Amino acid sequence: MSDAPELVAARDVHVTLGGSEILRGIDLSVRAGEVVSLLGANGSGKSTLVRALVGIVPLSRGSVDLFGTPLGPRLPWQRLGYVPQRVSAPSGMPSTAAEVVASGLLGGGRLRLPRGWRARTTEALDLVGLADRADDSIAELSGGQQQRVLIARALVRRPDLLVLDEPVAGVDKPSQEAFAATMTRLVDDGLTVLVVLHELGALAPLVERAVVLRHGRVVHDGAPPRASSTHAGATHQHLHPHEPADGDNPGPETGLADTLNPDLTAGHAPRTAS
Amino acid sequence: MTTVLSELPLMLTDPLMQRALLAALLVGVSAPVVGTYLVQRKLSLLGDGIGHVALTGVALGWLVGAATGVVPDDALAIPGAVVAAVLGAVAIEVVRERGRTSGDLALALLFYGGIAGGVLLIGLGGGSSGSLMQYLFGSISTVTPPDLALTVVLSVVILLVGLGLRAALFSVSHDEEFARASGLPVRTLNVAVAVVAALTVTVSMRVVGLLLVSALMIVPVAVAQLVTRSFRRTMLVASVVGVAVCVLGLSFTYWNNVSPGAAIVVLAIATYLVVAVLRPLWVRRRPRVARDPHPDIPDDLELDLVPSGANRTTGGDSCSA
Repeated sequence: MSDAPELVAARDVHVTLGGSEILRGIDLSVRAGEVVSLLGANGSGKSTLVRALVGIVPLSRGSVDLFGTPLGPRLPWQRLGYVPQRVSAPSGMPSTAAEVVASGLLGGGRLRLPRGWRARTTEALDLVGLADRADDSIAELSGGQQQRVLIARALVRRPDLLVLDEPVAGVDKPSQEAFAATMTRLVDDGLTVLVVLHELGALAPLVERAVVLRHGRVVHDGAPPRASSTHAGATHQHLHPHEPADGDNPGPETGLADTLNPDLTAGHAPRTAS
Repeated sequence: MTTVLSELPLMLTDPLMQRALLAALLVGVSAPVVGTYLVQRKLSLLGDGIGHVALTGVALGWLVGAATGVVPDDALAIPGAVVAAVLGAVAIEVVRERGRTSGDLALALLFYGGIAGGVLLIGLGGGSSGSLMQYLFGSISTVTPPDLALTVVLSVVILLVGLGLRAALFSVSHDEEFARASGLPVRTLNVAVAVVAALTVTVSMRVVGLLLVSALMIVPVAVAQLVTRSFRRTMLVASVVGVAVCVLGLSFTYWNNVSPGAAIVVLAIATYLVVAVLRPLWVRRRPRVARDPHPDIPDDLELDLVPSGANRTTGGDSCSA
């Protein structure tokens, strides 16, 4: 594994946004074929880190190399697929799913759609199970479907490295499962994945390595923290002090674990692990 | 109506009107193309800002023309407007990119500075603010052959950029961050949109006037948005609406002594109102898709465990948000 080429190499990454230091010296390496998840509480900087890695947010210090090339115009951008967190309010301008996905074919020196873009767009939408919605306006799609369109937009360029920012946040269950199935297939075909997650959830079987951020620093880099056997079972009754104390009422996932140790952050997911 | 029909050949053979109609046609096509990107970027007012700056350019051209003894004294007005509009548009784009919070303020400064500068400079150039009226409200009936030539050239540039780079401009206007992460030259494309918008303003200046330029870019797009669901179709419908209102509005002024700009814009807005009223008839044909009213709230409840208690525990979610 360790002799596979390094697709992501971040060294001493510092990012300052609006005067406050969000990332404070991050080192991160992702090698070809790995599936790495970035975990951490809200505000730990995981989203900022991936945005810095793909060139959206400028670094105040440090360096990022993708595919062995520093970020910049010379990067083989076509090898990178990026899935942002879904914007809750899409622009008022009508645009179809196919149009949005097609924009994923551009970049890396390409300003116009290549020949056969239509077929590739349909193929990418098919990967996320939305081929029949290609000509529908994205405003008519559900939140989960919109998220899948964004995933298709990243996949349409057939990337070697896929960077996803909370791809299943706010996504309905069928979409989550469809997403996990798609990812499994792509990873089997050799896709390298760096994914920001709030909890491992449906992706848990895929993730080989977890990097946990806290206050803009890496606090854990290694095997994904597994839930202990008393947690995460389908029958596990998880009580919180502020829940009604009637025993037959299992509390939901509250996210309180975010503030606890990294092991809990990742493994504390009875809902999706079942 | 018979009189209009009988006078139609007369209007179409009038060389003055021919030039005016050709200019209106070109502007009607190109302004909505650029406007589609501006609306998508939520920069609907950018055209107004550029228009105001262009007024200073007009006055500056006039001033230079008067100083150097060029005849007629407004010969440099349109070149002046082109230069000022392009510089102004790029300046707005730079401000937008640097600090998002002050973009609104920068636009306001441009509005006031442009108008005041224009009136001040035209006075220094020996003209009166009345001389600016034809630029403020349009004077398509005085389109000269050189004016028309410039309009044709600039329209071709606008359409080449606006249509030729449509996919890239769509990407950058739809989701700038994604465009950056796909390796598109985002800044260059943004500046391209700004420059093309500036050219559109100066081209449309003669037809509808600087004060109403933006309407010609935005209103046809607003009409199109009501009835379309793809970006491509929106741009197409907007251009058709743009051409229709420009040509009809201008023809109206052949028989009635009103400002062509005002006639065109009123017609465009009337079209918007009619389409907005008739829209339900059109939309009903589509199957209604249920939208998730709260797409951002994760489904954090394990409903298949104990359905009875599920609703009550919703409050517990809020601490994860």
